[in-house]
Amino acid sequence: MSNYNLTHLDELESESIFILREVFAQFENPCILFSGGKDSIVVTHLAKKAFYPAKIPFPLVHIDTGHNFPETMIFRDQIVADLDVRLIVGLVQDSINSGRSTEERGKNASRNALQTNTLLDTIDLHQFDACVGGARRDEEKARAKERFFSHRDEFGQWDPKNQRPELWNMFNGKHHQGEHFRVFPLSNWTEMDVWQYILAKNIQIPSLYFAHQREVIRRNDTWLPVSEHIHLNETETPVHKKIRFRTLGDITITGGDESDADTLEKIVDEVAVARQTERGNRADDKRSETSMEDRKKQGYF
Amino acid sequence: MNAYLDMELLRFTTAGSVDDGKSTLIGRLLFDTKSIFEDQLDQVKRSSNRKGLAQADLSLLTDGLKDEREQGITIDVAYRYFATPKRKFIIADTPGHIQYTRNMITGASTANCALVLIDARHGVVEQTCRHAIIASLLQIPHLIVCINKMDLVDYQETVFQKIKKDFESFSSKLDITDIRFIPISALNGDNVVNRSEKMSWYEGSTLLYTLENLHIGSDYNHIDCRFPVQTVIRPKMAPYHDFRGYAGRIAGGVFKPGDEITVLPSGFTSKIKSIETFNGPLSEAFAPMSVVIQLTDDVDVSRGDMLVRSNNQPDLNQDIEIMMCWLDNKAPHPKSKYIIKHTTSEAKAIIKNIRYKLDVNTLHRNVESLNIGMNDVARVQLRTTKPLLTDAYRKNRTTGSIILIDESTHETVAAGMII
Repeated sequence: MSNYNLTHLDELESESIFILREVFAQFENPCILFSGGKDSIVVTHLAKKAFYPAKIPFPLVHIDTGHNFPETMIFRDQIVADLDVRLIVGLVQDSINSGRSTEERGKNASRNALQTNTLLDTIDLHQFDACVGGARRDEEKARAKERFFSHRDEFGQWDPKNQRPELWNMFNGKHHQGEHFRVFPLSNWTEMDVWQYILAKNIQIPSLYFAHQREVIRRNDTWLPVSEHIHLNETETPVHKKIRFRTLGDITITGGDESDADTLEKIVDEVAVARQTERGNRADDKRSETSMEDRKKQGYF
Repeated sequence: MNAYLDMELLRFTTAGSVDDGKSTLIGRLLFDTKSIFEDQLDQVKRSSNRKGLAQADLSLLTDGLKDEREQGITIDVAYRYFATPKRKFIIADTPGHIQYTRNMITGASTANCALVLIDARHGVVEQTCRHAIIASLLQIPHLIVCINKMDLVDYQETVFQKIKKDFESFSSKLDITDIRFIPISALNGDNVVNRSEKMSWYEGSTLLYTLENLHIGSDYNHIDCRFPVQTVIRPKMAPYHDFRGYAGRIAGGVFKPGDEITVLPSGFTSKIKSIETFNGPLSEAFAPMSVVIQLTDDVDVSRGDMLVRSNNQPDLNQDIEIMMCWLDNKAPHPKSKYIIKHTTSEAKAIIKNIRYKLDVNTLHRNVESLNIGMNDVARVQLRTTKPLLTDAYRKNRTTGSIILIDESTHETVAAGMII
């Protein structure tokens, strides 16, 4: 009997597939929130496995700030074509044009927080009752408190102090009209698990994750990519560095690390000895100690 | 390289209050396995400074919500992750006070192992018993009793032995077979990751070694075949026009192609044609794998049905005896109908009889006062609108557990272990 053991990756995979199938069974109109980052890529890969040999029964939803890495967009369109799924894009620019959202000003302006309005409007427009995301509990302390099935009220708000208990593998997706759920199949995965899984299953990811030459500036202790969306001040001079990104967000807020890791094996080795968290280079998390909790309460990812 | 392909997953739970050293112990495990990042530690130090503390308060690592950090208490279950080359660990860290019984039960529901902390100066106290009783109720297979703060009792063996004896005389009433005792000092690191030089009289393993080597292979039921169907997979496209598969996660036993199975509750019999996954067909599948099963016959199967071996079937029952923990701040109403969820099936249920309330500090059965409120544990009888396919919780944690959901608020109001 002793051979009936799963490895940690197999057990995590099985748990995530179970969750994705529960989403399909319990909700009328679910979607996958797809950013083009490694976590949403792994969620999409797991969805492919969960419903095989059928196609993924959910559309992919991309909340597009317009401040993208071009590589991420090419990757997104490729994966949509390969999987033959529907892509729905919510444009932050549309929210700005309609007066629903207001562009931030100043040197560190970003469209990160503006995504919330566009996300909630997209959910409302398409009447989604479940949005599957790639967030993990090990990423950030507010995310550590998330349920697998996380309730959002009719305003899209999260009430972290009043969450439904989740016992065993029993998931309660009951909701009233207008409310929705965020579902996180990777809740129990760590950054290391995700990389090990990508390596073990040879999953395609954007080239940005591998070390490459790029024009960057030094700002807030990280290497920020030079792009049309960033405003340099007089003291900032672009330099060429070999860097890679540990997470992918908007090009305006995602900092890179100097690295020589140009293969998945080298990335796993690098993550194994990393002494900083992966979100340490994300300007969106540095605004205050509770910036993630505050954004999440309002309806952010 | 690739060593991680052999790693196993162990889920354990801890419960504790402010002073018993639980946060220090978790901090020590995370710190000594290099699972805390520098920027996390810097943030904790900055917050500790702002609060006027001399030392970094490691509980700030787990207490993630603004209110928890301000009040210095854990309100909810916090999940923490660390790994050694041998295993990946998931800690469900819960508050230990009686008013958080429901959180402890939530954290315990998925655990393979429970850590119970005893302050060596105080010995077995009410809270120790409560945590052990909850571990027993939730049928956690392994219990590790950490006798902490040994540094404050001069690392004396007699203190350790006395507490061990006291605990054993109490735990003989519990339903846990694997109990281990480890004398530690979480503060100084004795017997946590490294062996203590100050307790040469202790010949057992360190805590981390124990966690890495507990035999968890038999924690799942591999005897009684149970496959609750989640959904039906019908691709309706070439080349899978005739494909009809039942997707689910195996809750018990080992399934193989060719096995004779019965579909419950309909009673139709068939054989397993194939067990499919994205990576190809399998020659066998066991708990907790997620697979798709195809049958040789075209029988009617849908979500909520269960595939079982024909000669080994669960109970089919409309009157269900459970140990129930009430989770909601609104007390149960005797006439109320609740939604009951059991594996992938759903029905309505009423609480027909309350047999007794269980005191989770003493195991005393109270039959005088049967008013149930939040955090109360009680033995009750449920009556369901349709028969459920149940096993005793002792036999199978998946097919032996239920939750109740309030019809109007949709809150999860109770958790139950089938007797």
